[in-house]
Amino acid sequence: MDINNSNWRIRRGKIIDSKQMTPSEKWFEIALDEKELDHEPGQFVQVELFGVGEVPISICSSPTKKGSFELTVRAAGRVTREMHKLEKGDFIAIRGPFGRPFPVKTMVGNDLLFVAGGLGIAPLRSLINYVMDNRREFGKVDILLGSKSPKDMLFSDEIGKWGKRLDVNFACTVDKAEPEWKGNVGLITSLIPGVNLNPERTYAVVVGPPVMYKFVIAELLKKNIPERHIVLSLERHMKCGMGKCGHCQIDHPKNYYCCKDGPTFTYDEVKDAKKL
Amino acid sequence: MKYHVLEKEQLNCFIKSLAKKMKVVAPISKGHGNYVFGEVKSADEISLNYVPTILPPKKYFMPTKEKMLDFDLSGKEPKDTAALDLEEIAIFGVHTCDLAGIQCLNIVFNERPRDYNYLLRKEKLFIIGLECNKYCDEYASCTLVNSHLPNGGYDLFFTDLGDRFLINVNTQKGEDFVESIDLPKAEPKDMTALEKLREEKKKIFRNEIDVDPKKIPEMLDKVYNSKLWEKVGEKCLSCGNCTNVCPTCYCFDMEDFINLDLKTGYRLRTWDSCQFETFATVAGGENFRSQRSMRQRHRVYRKFKFPVDKFNRFFCTGCGRCSRTCMAGINLKEILKEVAEESKF
Repeated sequence: MDINNSNWRIRRGKIIDSKQMTPSEKWFEIALDEKELDHEPGQFVQVELFGVGEVPISICSSPTKKGSFELTVRAAGRVTREMHKLEKGDFIAIRGPFGRPFPVKTMVGNDLLFVAGGLGIAPLRSLINYVMDNRREFGKVDILLGSKSPKDMLFSDEIGKWGKRLDVNFACTVDKAEPEWKGNVGLITSLIPGVNLNPERTYAVVVGPPVMYKFVIAELLKKNIPERHIVLSLERHMKCGMGKCGHCQIDHPKNYYCCKDGPTFTYDEVKDAKKL
Repeated sequence: MKYHVLEKEQLNCFIKSLAKKMKVVAPISKGHGNYVFGEVKSADEISLNYVPTILPPKKYFMPTKEKMLDFDLSGKEPKDTAALDLEEIAIFGVHTCDLAGIQCLNIVFNERPRDYNYLLRKEKLFIIGLECNKYCDEYASCTLVNSHLPNGGYDLFFTDLGDRFLINVNTQKGEDFVESIDLPKAEPKDMTALEKLREEKKKIFRNEIDVDPKKIPEMLDKVYNSKLWEKVGEKCLSCGNCTNVCPTCYCFDMEDFINLDLKTGYRLRTWDSCQFETFATVAGGENFRSQRSMRQRHRVYRKFKFPVDKFNRFFCTGCGRCSRTCMAGINLKEILKEVAEESKF
């Protein structure tokens, strides 16, 4: 056992591109010195800013994209605010990838319903793009997207392309909009009744803020989607990523560390949690 | 099993020979019935009859503040190096409850991804256990969790036989030391005395709460939504004392520090507590264990339910520290009795 191989050592990388997507969300493309991050859809990394601290961030790009990976970061705390100051060419330190990925293999051959609210599109995009790149492996694909307002919508260029694809049903809604907005206005739950689906062969993958889960899941259950076919990605503060520090443990009668047993869970696994 | 004998008046020689090889720490009295593990040079500084120390010996395995990484920002690109500051230490007089605590921590930090700092530090520690012939005080519940008897986890283990100590040798490291000071081997009369002592202990050490320990995990399954947690929560001050003094609590925080040169710095691992209000808070402000009742329940589940599911053992060693230290008088034995009572309905 050599301390130089300690799991606290970082992987060195460079920001090769970045873009301020909204006033509070910034997108980064990162290339590691050793090239591949080697992740799976739904995993996360720890980003270390020496002298400031470390934060867990979902990987928003699909592993089918080689040579680099992408993060979308909301300036919500001390480290992420500092991270927003980083630009193309800057050094970045990473640990990971960590966490249980989305159950891609069990989803193969099934219909998929993606439901993303707000920043939830970031982790979900790693799976959506994976599915797009392996489109033949899956059945019908529906994407439902909700955001606060049209200007808060993330990845709008890419979303436009999803909307044009013939092999994807896409719908989006915003909580409120200016009169010139031509799309839907209302909560994301209002889109679910209109989806035509075969519940036994559908996997619903839902990612959004805690408040969204309760209402979206209720709609999905009304559609008779089995609890084990509802897949979520939960947010907790993973401080180590290795199932030890305790911060991300779910308040649940079963022993779940969000960083190791999650962040992706099926609804039947975590339904006893008071807050998802 | 190999046993040696040490006459009590020879204990000082034993400690002095050990101190020639490495730093020796042992329970020392701090007055008002408080004891701590601290450095000793001779046997007369040691309190052989002690109530569990304020902090368990976990402080030597997982220091309260531990440097995990050094970084240097002076070059074109930052550089990191893994940090590890090791010291060879003999810990003398570890009770069986605390030996059990160390075993729990060993399991956790050996689980992949492994914690190299912990595992390498552990190799430098020489552990000498000490048997309790009677209860330390009314807070202990070691018989409930079967940690009133030695179950390994030491290099040497002392049992007080009145005028002499019987020493059980458990490792080669222990053997090498015992041989280096020419301790005589135990005789049949010593072994008979040990057997007699253990028989006596059976009369003294009884399940402290009259609840079948095997049933506790399933009892907890039934009381997750019980009001009893609110009662505990109402008393709790969220001070984190119970987790700091617990021999099996290992939750931590990570913090970055910059040195005064503004070019170099380090990452520290510091003890943290699931009882603190913001422990489960995320940057967006959501707190997933916002209530004291939720946090107290979490603590009990982390001792009697989760580790049983995961490692098939309790992460409570019955040392009684959490109850002894609680300013609000929260008593673990009382909680378990209530759990047993509530789960009947």
